[in-house]
Amino acid sequence: MTEKVSISITVNGTQHCVEVEPRLLLADFIRENLDLTGTHVGCEHGICGACTILINGDSVRSCLTLAVQADGAEIETVESLGDAEELGPLQQAFRDHHALQCGFCTPGMLMTATDMLRKYPLESDDDIRDGLSGNICRCTGYQHIVAAVRAARDERDRG
Amino acid sequence: MKPAPFEYLRAATLEEAVAALSASDGAAKLVAGGQSLIPMLNFRLVDAPLFVDINGIQGLSGITENENGGLRIGALTRHFELETSHLVRDHYPVINEAMKYVAHLAIRNRGTIGGSLSHADPAAELPAISVLLDAEIIAIGQEGERRIAAGDFFEAPLTTSLRATEIVTAVELPGLPIGTGWGFEEFSQRRGDYAVAGVAATMTKDDGDLTDVRIAVFGAHGTPLRAHRAEQAMRERGITAAAEALRLEIDPSDDLRGSADYRRHLAGVLCKRALDAATERAA
Repeated sequence: MTEKVSISITVNGTQHCVEVEPRLLLADFIRENLDLTGTHVGCEHGICGACTILINGDSVRSCLTLAVQADGAEIETVESLGDAEELGPLQQAFRDHHALQCGFCTPGMLMTATDMLRKYPLESDDDIRDGLSGNICRCTGYQHIVAAVRAARDERDRG
Repeated sequence: MKPAPFEYLRAATLEEAVAALSASDGAAKLVAGGQSLIPMLNFRLVDAPLFVDINGIQGLSGITENENGGLRIGALTRHFELETSHLVRDHYPVINEAMKYVAHLAIRNRGTIGGSLSHADPAAELPAISVLLDAEIIAIGQEGERRIAAGDFFEAPLTTSLRATEIVTAVELPGLPIGTGWGFEEFSQRRGDYAVAGVAATMTKDDGDLTDVRIAVFGAHGTPLRAHRAEQAMRERGITAAAEALRLEIDPSDDLRGSADYRRHLAGVLCKRALDAATERAA
């Protein structure tokens, strides 16, 4: 048994001070310790993008980050975007454009798109597809996801 | 939990990190961005009793101009910062182009240049850029600081000349002559995937005469390779000869993404395109 490490992490505005094993992945901390199961775990080696969250505003694979490395950080998960009663604008765009079927990839898509929309102009569909290239969807064929992000970009650009 | 148990040290200073590596006789490993290391931990391909986290060490990130007209890039500089840096765009547009091929935003937010060089994946972009631009990699260890030419740094796939107790602290790039043309070509099955093959080139002309050409190849050899024979062929006989020379100079391997023969062919095609683009851009 290795020595546990004390960490303090703020997740969706709530601070958590806990002791964790160094080998605990941030994805597992979020799901198992905090019971925030919106963050999905797919490949667990950084290929599928389902576990994407925001750390201090930047999108990050939570399966490629140790919980101890997020000590002191502000984390946002898909639960921060809205809920079933009140969807956030990006969630609403996904709903309007039928951008999900089984929903497994959706939390990662939403968090990736959140960061893309903040950082890149996303002028063309090619730019949107490039931005989403790190997130795998096995249902939709991507067309409707691209359409949803395009709509969210237009809404962003209208201010 | 997927990784095997390990101890964890959040180093506050380089001295503390070097001391921890030395005390473990090189068994401990460093973690920075973790974007290559943590997948290997999850697969249990890597195991170490202690991981020393250097993310909290001050002064290891950032991009500054140095006296020789080039840039010094701190080891902890994230890929996203390289991608968006005006200094990088002004000094080395070839790096700016290369960054478009480096993985995906979530990886670029976290991955570091020091990590990419130390990991030494032969299909990665930044190691190839470092040999293209004659970078010097600066490392610190028990015996102090050491500067390693990029050409002497990469020894084999995932193997560098770095000692197990050394830490990369920065990369220094010499300035390029004004008007240097460049080309960067990569083919992968999906944007952001590992390169099946890639070629980067720079070209300098004086009054229309070629004075310097550099060619680096990745994904098609055991290490990122500075293709000196292809460069010589370019100087003496032109682009087609350079592409042919490159095909003979590399030793690609077969894998799921492509056969060695395919890679050899592809590297030649990409070499031609990169040299065409560099010729076009060279003033």
